[in-house]
Amino acid sequence: MTSDIERVYRDESRRVLATLIRLLGDFDLAEEALQEAFAAALVQWEHDGVPANPRAWLISTGRFKAIDQLRRRARYDASVAALVHEMDGASWPVTPIDGDGVEDDRLRLIFTCCHPALAADARIALTLREVCGLDTEAIAHAFLVPPPTLAQRIVRAKGKIRDARIPYQVPSRADLPDRLDAVLHVIYLVFNEGYSASSGDSLTRPDLSAEAIRLARLLVDLLPESEAIGLLALMLLHEARRDARQSSSGDLVLLDEQDRTLWDRELIDEGCALVQRALALGPPGPYALQAAIAAVHGEAPRADATDWEEIVGLYDLLMEAAPSPVIELNRAAAIAMRDGEEAGLTLLDAILERGDLADYHLAHSARGALCRRLGKNAEAITSYRRALALATQEPERRFLQRNIGELEALSS
Amino acid sequence: MKYLCLIYDQEAKWATMSKAESDAIYAEYGAFTNSIKESGHYIGGNPLQPTHTGTTVRVRNGKISTTDGPFAETKEQLGGYYLIEAKDLNEALQIGSRIPSARSGSIEVRPVQAM
Repeated sequence: MTSDIERVYRDESRRVLATLIRLLGDFDLAEEALQEAFAAALVQWEHDGVPANPRAWLISTGRFKAIDQLRRRARYDASVAALVHEMDGASWPVTPIDGDGVEDDRLRLIFTCCHPALAADARIALTLREVCGLDTEAIAHAFLVPPPTLAQRIVRAKGKIRDARIPYQVPSRADLPDRLDAVLHVIYLVFNEGYSASSGDSLTRPDLSAEAIRLARLLVDLLPESEAIGLLALMLLHEARRDARQSSSGDLVLLDEQDRTLWDRELIDEGCALVQRALALGPPGPYALQAAIAAVHGEAPRADATDWEEIVGLYDLLMEAAPSPVIELNRAAAIAMRDGEEAGLTLLDAILERGDLADYHLAHSARGALCRRLGKNAEAITSYRRALALATQEPERRFLQRNIGELEALSS
Repeated sequence: MKYLCLIYDQEAKWATMSKAESDAIYAEYGAFTNSIKESGHYIGGNPLQPTHTGTTVRVRNGKISTTDGPFAETKEQLGGYYLIEAKDLNEALQIGSRIPSARSGSIEVRPVQAM
């Protein structure tokens, strides 16, 4: 029985919570109601067995528990009394508690947690807490912040949702592109934190990436927009290479040196199919294009069999859709592969000269690699040193130090 | 629910503006105000005199101290406000984004605390 309830908790608790938030209009009250509903289930299901529709049972039990709770509070607080009356009356709308209604609630929850009126770091924390159900400790650990700081962020965000009345709704068609962008951004940040942790001695935190992929799958199920599909494809294609991008000693292995037999073929196939699906839905956005680039890499059996012509073409489209110095840098690296190192270096130096990427360690590291391939060892050492001064992640620092060491050995 | 839309813009720009330019902006404000009166969102609103007409007053240990000018020197200055009625933050932000100064300055949208 306990394992049955555990299974229901795992499968249903986030859905039940999303609906309770809509019914009760309050995150904290809904969370309490969720816990109480499961506590009640533990007792009652022991005798009566798991009901036919456990989700509906939990939602209605949670709602009653919350109303009880409010009634108890109302004895001390007149302002709550009016609310109880409002919720208790026959006027309470009869809401569907399974089928479409519930899935809409999950989408409402995602859009509310990722609302642009919330602070950026709070959006991430709130989404992982409420939508994914991670506990505060785990989120704090993943983002290397003290748990009280993270808890504070969540409390503030919930406070703003309540006080500024951020609505619990899926945005209208007109607002959707912008708001969806904010959601995708949160998911991608979570993934990247798991894929390429911004600091610390381990290269990746797979749990966070898995959570981001789960979220994106949910979003694609609920709202199959091109960019949502593109983001899911992009993350799967990156995830497929996870085992290959780190050596057994924990060092960084670049794409062209990776052992491609370590790539997860299933993920690559799924990613490539999703790219096709995203591209078929209309002019591709930045996520679909980045996924398409990752798909071209994924389909190349060897590094020297990469279709660089195709990749440069996709970067050109990406520069039109979402121009940025980092995209320009990646395009320069692709040009270096298609037209030779000199051509790439000329472009890269022009970008660095503008100063946009002066503090970006990967720009200097890329320059070091191009100079090294051209035999300009002294210049390569200078660029790698500049990168080393800016890099914070241990495996990346070791990678740079190794290159500097090898080049110094050559020139001495 | 009531929201206060605080209008921040660069005051210095007004000094260098031609009459035709400032007339156009006033006309735009007039049209915006009428539109939110008609839609029932308007509660109140006013432009403010420039910051140099402002005075900041504080009481510390029972003593009043008065200083010239606004509380804080900022790049954009508070130049006016609307008090509006909106059903939620999304609607309030939508209205705020239609205030003419949103395109040159910025609008802070704050929920009014119910007392």
